Amino acid sequence: MSIPVRNAAGLMHHRLLEDCLPTPSFVEMRIVIAKPGLDGHDRGAKVIARSLRDGGHEVIYTGLRKTPEEIVRIVMDEDAAVLGLSTLSGAHDVLVPAVCNGLREEGLAEVVVFAGGIIPSDDHDSLHDQGVRAIFGPGARTSEILEFLEAVSRRIESRQPVGIGENSGWRWG
Amino acid sequence: MAMGLNDPDLLKSALSGNRRDLSKILTSIEDGGSFEVGAQDPWTLGVTGPPGVGKSSLIGRLISSWVDRGERVAVLAVDPSSPNSGGALLADRLRMGDIDSGDSVFVRSLATRNHPGGLASCLSPMIGCLAACGWSRIVIETVGSGQSEIRIVAFADRVLLVDGPDRGDVVQAEKAGIMELADIIAINKSDLPNSKQAADSVRSAIGLSHGSQPPVHLVSAHDGSGVDKLLEEIESCPGSHLRGRLRARERMLSVWDSRLLDHPKLNEVLDALGTGSITLDEAVESLK
Repeated sequence: MSIPVRNAAGLMHHRLLEDCLPTPSFVEMRIVIAKPGLDGHDRGAKVIARSLRDGGHEVIYTGLRKTPEEIVRIVMDEDAAVLGLSTLSGAHDVLVPAVCNGLREEGLAEVVVFAGGIIPSDDHDSLHDQGVRAIFGPGARTSEILEFLEAVSRRIESRQPVGIGENSGWRWG
Repeated sequence: MAMGLNDPDLLKSALSGNRRDLSKILTSIEDGGSFEVGAQDPWTLGVTGPPGVGKSSLIGRLISSWVDRGERVAVLAVDPSSPNSGGALLADRLRMGDIDSGDSVFVRSLATRNHPGGLASCLSPMIGCLAACGWSRIVIETVGSGQSEIRIVAFADRVLLVDGPDRGDVVQAEKAGIMELADIIAINKSDLPNSKQAADSVRSAIGLSHGSQPPVHLVSAHDGSGVDKLLEEIESCPGSHLRGRLRARERMLSVWDSRLLDHPKLNEVLDALGTGSITLDEAVESLK
C-alpha cells in the first residue's frame, strides 16, 4: 500500500506505507543467559539464547555450572542490561537470590533479571520478591520472552524502575 | 540508561581499578564515545583461524599460563552478528575454561554488528583503555573467515593463526591473506591423528613464500601439550617490520571502510547508484 507524502521540496509523491511507519521504540540489548549451579542440561538455555539472537539482541551464553559469583562477574564484564537464569536442578530458591544479591552488592542495580526452567509456581512469589521480573516455564513461547524484553526496554527508556536493585512491584504477566 | 558518573569520573574510577566502570567505558567506546587515556604501549596478540579449530580453548590455556606468571589478561572476543536479525550469539568465553573467577582475567564479547570496519575504529581506543587500566596482556580473537574479520587481528601487534588437522584448507587461509599476517602458526588438536601432517603441509606451504617464515607449533588445548613452548614463542615474538607494514595497511583499510559506511550521504548515493543516475566513480567521489 502506498500513501502520498510531501518531500523536502514540497512536492507530493507516493511512498510505500511501510517506509512511513515510525521505527519501533524497541531497543536491542546485551543479554547474558546463564546456568547457575550443578545442572547439566542446557538445551533450553541454548534455545532461548538462539531465539533472543533472532530477535535482534546480543546474547552472551555462559556455559554450564557457573557459581553466582561468576555470573555476577560475567554480567559486569560484558556490561549486560539483562540477565536470564536457567535452572532445572531445583536449587533456584538458593541460587537465584544469591545472584540477585551479588548484583546488588556489586552496584549492578540496573540489571534486569528473569528466570526460566523448572520453577514450581509456589516459588514464583518469593523469586519476584527478590526482584526477578519474569519467570518462564515449560511451554512458554519464545515470542513471549521477546515481548517481555520489549516491555523491559520501554521501561528502561522511560526511566521506570525495572532493575534488580530498583524498587518496583512490576512483573511480567 | 542512567549513567552514574560523567566520563572523566568514570575514567578515573576505571583507572583506579573499578572493573564495572571499565566495562561501562568499553560500551561507551563501542557506541562511539571517546576517552583520553594518554599514550599507551599495550601488549597485544591477535588470534584468528577457521571456525572450530579451538581458538577460544587455546586462548583459555594461554590465559592460565599468563595468570600463573602474574600477568593480568584481557580478551576482546569478536563474533559476527546475524545478517538477518542483527542480533548475535556470543559464546567464545564459555570455551575459555576457568576464566570467570579471579581478578586477573577480563573477557568482553563483541559483535561485529554487520560492520567489522566499525568495530575496527573502536578497537584501538578499547585497547588503550585496557592498557591504561593495567591489563598487561590483551588478546583479540576473531574467526578467520571473511576479509573484514581478518582485518581486525591486524589491530594487534602480533598475530597467531590457529588451524587444525583434517581441515584441508591451508589454501583457503592463503587465499584469505591471513598467512602473510601471521607471526606464529599453531596447529591445534595435536592429540588427534593427522595433526602432524597438517603441520607439515602448512610448513611446506609457507616454505614457498619469500621472506621470514612464521614458526609452526603443534599444540593441544585439550591436554595442554606444546602450550608452554607456544607461549615462549609468543612472548619472544619480535614482530617483523614487513608484517608491521602489512598490519598498518589492514588497519588503514578498515578505518577507510568504516568512514565510507558511516558517511551521512551513503544512502542517498546508494539510491542514486541504484537508479543509475550516477556512475560508481562519481559515487565514490561524492563520498570523499
